Amino acid sequence: MKKLKVLIVDDSSVMRKIVERSLRQAGLDLGEVLEASNGAEGLVEVQKGAWDLILSDINMPAMDGLEFLKNLSGLECAKGVPVVMITTEGSEARVVEALSAGARGYIRKPFTPEQVKERVAPLLGGVL
Amino acid sequence: MMARARLEPVPVLAEEPKGARTAMVGLAGALCGMMSIRCSSASAGQLASLMLGGDAAENPSMIADALGELCNMVAGNFKAKISNLADHCMLSVPTVISGEDYSLQTSSPAEIFQIPLTYLGELLWVSLTVHE
Repeated sequence: MKKLKVLIVDDSSVMRKIVERSLRQAGLDLGEVLEASNGAEGLVEVQKGAWDLILSDINMPAMDGLEFLKNLSGLECAKGVPVVMITTEGSEARVVEALSAGARGYIRKPFTPEQVKERVAPLLGGVL
Repeated sequence: MMARARLEPVPVLAEEPKGARTAMVGLAGALCGMMSIRCSSASAGQLASLMLGGDAAENPSMIADALGELCNMVAGNFKAKISNLADHCMLSVPTVISGEDYSLQTSSPAEIFQIPLTYLGELLWVSLTVHE
């Protein structure tokens, strides 16, 4: 079975590790996992290869998650790659904005691995 | 939830919060103030270890980042649960102080709500400061 290539975008190094841990605990067979600390770094990483899944925070310095999403939509290499937002952001308007900008799902912190699996599994074509 | 740790509330204490680790997240907009979590270095290390794995407790940077992220989540969930706050109140990035010898003063009148909790026999304070 193909190992998944995942990009995690969050300004907190702790949260990036927690997200990766949760993905593994959810049963994802992770191959390469790359990290970025803001949307601008995330755009650089996205262009380095083919991704199976991108998870991104919303509130980040330099370039926030919504701006990251909007820029992603213009990249050929990101077409069809599911993006799930992981954030403490509770604003309904921001949720709608993220989904309108192309996010395929939304996970609010704190979360359990089971919640991550629920959101991510349907987007990965039955890998889980 | 993320640290899979259960914190128990304690009766109101007369003592002020103490501990060598304090994480703070500012709130601005419809509500102005600050959310903070204060605890001992040992408690902060234990929480970081639960969130990140065994060796996190030995890494001061990871401990600070973990405590800051916990405070961020407490503030974010508080904001989400209060009607009208979610869309009209912004959160700052977390700040973490190491050390005990400090005092906080606010520039305007404020109310402070403190919730003492216990974790592994030690006290941890969650405080919400609300400016008028």
